[in-house]
Amino acid sequence: MTQDIDINDLKRITELIHSKHGYDFRNYAMSSFKRRMLRILEIKNLTVESLLKRLNDSPTFINEFLDELTVNVTEMFRDPGFWRSLRDEIIPDILLNHKTFNIWHAGCSSGEEVLSMAILLREMGIHNQVSLFATDLDLTILERAKAVTYPSKNIEINEKNYIRYEGKWSLRDYCKEENGRVTFDKGLLANVTFRRHDLVLGEVFNKFDLILCRNVMIYFNQALQNEVLKKFHSSLFKYGYLAIGSKESLIWCDVANRFLVANNEEKIYKKIKD
Amino acid sequence: MIGFNLNTGYKAVVIGGSAGSFQGITKILSQLPKTFPLPIIMCLHRLKHVRNGFVEALSIKSVTPVVEPYDKEQIKKGGVYLAPSNYHMSVELGNYFAMSTEEMVNNSRPAIDITLSTAAYVYREKLIGILLSGANRDGGLGMKHIKDKGGLTIVQEPAECMIDTMPKAALALTKIDYVLKTDEIVKFLNELDKLYR
Repeated sequence: MTQDIDINDLKRITELIHSKHGYDFRNYAMSSFKRRMLRILEIKNLTVESLLKRLNDSPTFINEFLDELTVNVTEMFRDPGFWRSLRDEIIPDILLNHKTFNIWHAGCSSGEEVLSMAILLREMGIHNQVSLFATDLDLTILERAKAVTYPSKNIEINEKNYIRYEGKWSLRDYCKEENGRVTFDKGLLANVTFRRHDLVLGEVFNKFDLILCRNVMIYFNQALQNEVLKKFHSSLFKYGYLAIGSKESLIWCDVANRFLVANNEEKIYKKIKD
Repeated sequence: MIGFNLNTGYKAVVIGGSAGSFQGITKILSQLPKTFPLPIIMCLHRLKHVRNGFVEALSIKSVTPVVEPYDKEQIKKGGVYLAPSNYHMSVELGNYFAMSTEEMVNNSRPAIDITLSTAAYVYREKLIGILLSGANRDGGLGMKHIKDKGGLTIVQEPAECMIDTMPKAALALTKIDYVLKTDEIVKFLNELDKLYR
């Protein structure tokens, strides 16, 4: 954070990525995007000019770049109260009308939330009734999500969250530890489809009963948040649910009046109008 | 009493603090004039997985209720804001907040350096930065950025701090305008308030 990067340089980078690689970061929130860029320059030991050159010349560098650019800090059962609300209120409500249903994890990162959901569904005894779709922009992170293996040092916080979530067993029952890594039971992902999807430029691809997109849109500016929320609205069945991060809000967006607040504390909304 | 060199050009006050700063913060917030004309933006180290309680505890004594803003929430004059637990909080051009869950900085999320540095970038010489007691170096660099952009910098008198690592880090990195006890910080903010009336 000692050096700085000029807004014009940021624009040159986003324009090149857009024209050359077809990703649009032009409406990302400025300060976090700037920090990510400075981080990439530092990690890869590049200047703005050499970064532009590599983005232009190398066909594979873009994947490496995306993996560093996207924020992949996540936890299992982050905000345990949110997961309790899903288990005790939201999913039972969906089950009243549907024997089977679809969930979309939009911006799934390294998969911790998908895994949390899979455990939740298994403990509710309904994992065979639910199809999960997990998408992310970053191919590298999708591969990591599929592998369901994480550094052991992460397990402590995940276990604490699971205990506060009041799960049925112990998180350790779902994984085994070996050589400083914890690997979860791959069977948990039996009903999960991973695929690459771009929230900014991608189309609506399916209809869902529940969409989770927590702490993803915080990296977008308000105009882009508004556009993405329209896509989520179109991707939900009527009376389906949308969950966003605890410090995100629908108040400002165009589709706000088509949703009802289902749980204000945990930021879960119910679609009530097409 | 120190004579403060003040003007009415300021747009915001940012406050950073960590271990041992809670008392100082509550003192400042409880003796702040109701009419205080600037937003107060606070980034305090806090328990990562306790989402509730802290803002309520601060609000009990505060003249103005303390809020943990939403992502992209506009910053209002007279608002008192606290960085929410487990998020970094930035100030953006256009005068609003942005949250992020990026990696910890200085072992902290929220990191004081992030809030202070982004505020310095947006408000430049129109910013007042205050750094209180704390057990790590987070905030030192942010104070340097405030000073480098021409803003006004204040640290809590290290002798008064429960743990003085944080203000000392700032003093080592940049020239600090005022080194003050909590009571003097309160006086400073009250004098500033009078100027705006």
